[in-house]
Amino acid sequence: MKLVLTEEEQFLQDTAKNFAAERSPISHFRNLRDTNDPILWDKDIWSEMVKLGWPGILIPEEYGGSNFSLTGMGVILQECAKTLTPSPLFATGVLGAYAINTYGNDEQKNNFLPRIVNGEITTALAIDESSHHNPAETDLSAKKDKNGFIINGKKIFVVDGASADLLIVLTRTSGEKGDLTGLTLFLIDISSSGLDIVKLDMADSRNYANISFNDVKIDASYILGDIEAGGEIAEDILDIGRIAIASEMLGNAESAFETTIDYLKQRKQFGVLIGSFQALQHRAAEMFCELELTKSSVMAALRAADEKSNELQRLSSLAKTVAGETLHLVSNEAIQMHGGIGVTDEYDIGFFLKRARVAEQIFGNSKYHTERYANLSGF
Amino acid sequence: MNNLDKFREDTRDWLDKNCPPSMRNGADPKIPVDEVWGGRNAEYKNPESKIWLDRMGEKGWTMPTVPKEYGGGGLTKEEVKILNEEMFFIGAKQPLLSFGIWMLAPVLLEYGSEKQKKEHIPKIIKGEIRWCQGYSEPGSGSDLASLSTKAEDIGKNYLVNGQKVWTSYADKADWIFALVRTGAKEPKHDGISFLLIDMQTKGVSTKPITLISGKSPFCETFFDNVEVPKTNLIGELNAGWTIAKKLLQHERKFISNFGLAAGMGSKRDIVSIAKKHLGEENGKIKNGFYRSEISSHKIKEHAFGLTLKRANDEGGKASATASMFKLYGTEHNKKRHELMVAASGINGVAWDGDEFEDNDKNLTRAWLRTKGNSIEGGTSEVQLNVISKRVLGLPSQ
Repeated sequence: MKLVLTEEEQFLQDTAKNFAAERSPISHFRNLRDTNDPILWDKDIWSEMVKLGWPGILIPEEYGGSNFSLTGMGVILQECAKTLTPSPLFATGVLGAYAINTYGNDEQKNNFLPRIVNGEITTALAIDESSHHNPAETDLSAKKDKNGFIINGKKIFVVDGASADLLIVLTRTSGEKGDLTGLTLFLIDISSSGLDIVKLDMADSRNYANISFNDVKIDASYILGDIEAGGEIAEDILDIGRIAIASEMLGNAESAFETTIDYLKQRKQFGVLIGSFQALQHRAAEMFCELELTKSSVMAALRAADEKSNELQRLSSLAKTVAGETLHLVSNEAIQMHGGIGVTDEYDIGFFLKRARVAEQIFGNSKYHTERYANLSGF
Repeated sequence: MNNLDKFREDTRDWLDKNCPPSMRNGADPKIPVDEVWGGRNAEYKNPESKIWLDRMGEKGWTMPTVPKEYGGGGLTKEEVKILNEEMFFIGAKQPLLSFGIWMLAPVLLEYGSEKQKKEHIPKIIKGEIRWCQGYSEPGSGSDLASLSTKAEDIGKNYLVNGQKVWTSYADKADWIFALVRTGAKEPKHDGISFLLIDMQTKGVSTKPITLISGKSPFCETFFDNVEVPKTNLIGELNAGWTIAKKLLQHERKFISNFGLAAGMGSKRDIVSIAKKHLGEENGKIKNGFYRSEISSHKIKEHAFGLTLKRANDEGGKASATASMFKLYGTEHNKKRHELMVAASGINGVAWDGDEFEDNDKNLTRAWLRTKGNSIEGGTSEVQLNVISKRVLGLPSQ
């Protein structure tokens, strides 16, 4: 496992960097928020990403993808996160593409993967049911009925749930709330009757939804992977998702840090640049070190995913924890070091704080993953 | 057979014939192990330690890349790699620990006169002379360049007066390499010279320092009208600061390698200490507060280890990252010891006597010793200054 980018990965990174700077600077995100955009991402920007082949990065060539790597995807997410670029890339290009390609049967792959690659559909992964992430607590029930199942219950905080065409839903087919066994994943078309989708207004102005299932009928052929194997499968998909969101959070943190350092070099008080104050210098230096640790953690987790390492789970929890704590620190310090303008809506730095706190919650916060890391490490 | 293959074969033969049985894999555990620092007054519990040092010193293989004319091995980098591999294969012990090798010899090679190199380097390589480092003073810690130990020109000699502190093993060393003030106090960097002093000279005395952790290798070293021949000056008069900085780079490299190796390979495992003193339930540390704090710390150390690996994969970066490694290596080490002491309860503060296990008493001492880690070799605050100025480019006041 080499913790440096290959030439191809660097090329992707440069492409993404230019794309984010030219096509979706932070003003683009601000505009979506200010105009109360119904899905909070831009279809033109997404179709340009599709043209660049990004949703197909984890999809094999036979379905039109490039079969590249999660590391490649990670650097794109990281760069796009620097300008807070909203897009379905995480929920569709990572979660949907990985889930269906890894666990789908041939029919499912043929049906969905080419349409993910060409931008025809977007996906969302529905796991959480309460305010704190915990897949074992799944209660949404799927009861056997003739050739299919009837689903009842509610999923909350579904990333891109307000725009997705296809849902990947974790359900309970047996056992008790609290067991990771007895769970089954379903692919559910958004047009199925009995679905009630309510868009959420979250602090970071991104696309989330709560989704209620009222006697939703689904054929057994829409089970993803084996029946009752959903707990394990979901954990694997989630681990890939955690690493991907950690890449985004690294990009968020790098950008907020860079903006703050620039500000320390421009802003004068008491007749001197505030960056000359040691009280701020040492805190800035500590953030630099935390960012370095985060880069290594994210990179190691990306590589572990690509190499299917048996350290994948532990490194996923490591990356999500470290990225979460670093972004938490940097987003707070960024505001404080900007002083008064830091708490104004007119200035962009506050967006990073809001994004930080929501992203920290996605698929388990640092506390959740610190505990999981201990479990996986045998203490 | 090419030259390197021939070298490997010859080296293997030589090691086979010359590396004594107790100096390699399979050594009898009943034979006492020496920490070999060499020097005029060296004592050996195991005579083979001395034999091994003499044989390796004769070959110049304690400093294998140094040219033969200065007593070194005169080997190429490829040959050194082979030598290390062959020594590794048989588990050969390093024959000599030496500040002369790690710090002084590299700067002598760069700044010393031909005569000085020929006089001092061979004795370093053979372990005949043991060196110590005279840098810090009671009034000059982080601000080293403010040092005031004075060397006055009295004709043929310099007259040295003053005091050094934190001189490791000064009570056992034969010679000291010291920074002395030969010029004006201002600008402070421009009046410093690099001087070699024989510790047997009249007026040199030492006194060991007891630390909060107990006995230590550190000493105070006093110079009271000490006459030092002018020929012992290294480099130009008043140009010692450049040499001093170069030597500090060698020292930091050594400390960070040494510190990391010590931390990573530490026999004390926080998880087993916590399980022992706090109890275990289904393989988990029973107390949830300790467990979460320990997990947070382990995650930080894991991330730090991955950062070391990344720096290595990137091919070793500039000195700015060295500051980060010094900072985090030492701060993490302190934190780990605090956690182990806390998890041990009252056993973690055991000091002496038969009521406590050696493990616990040793942990107390080790914990106290870590407090120096973030002070010696540049404080954590100095490392933060370096990062803010050199990496982040933040302005000076």
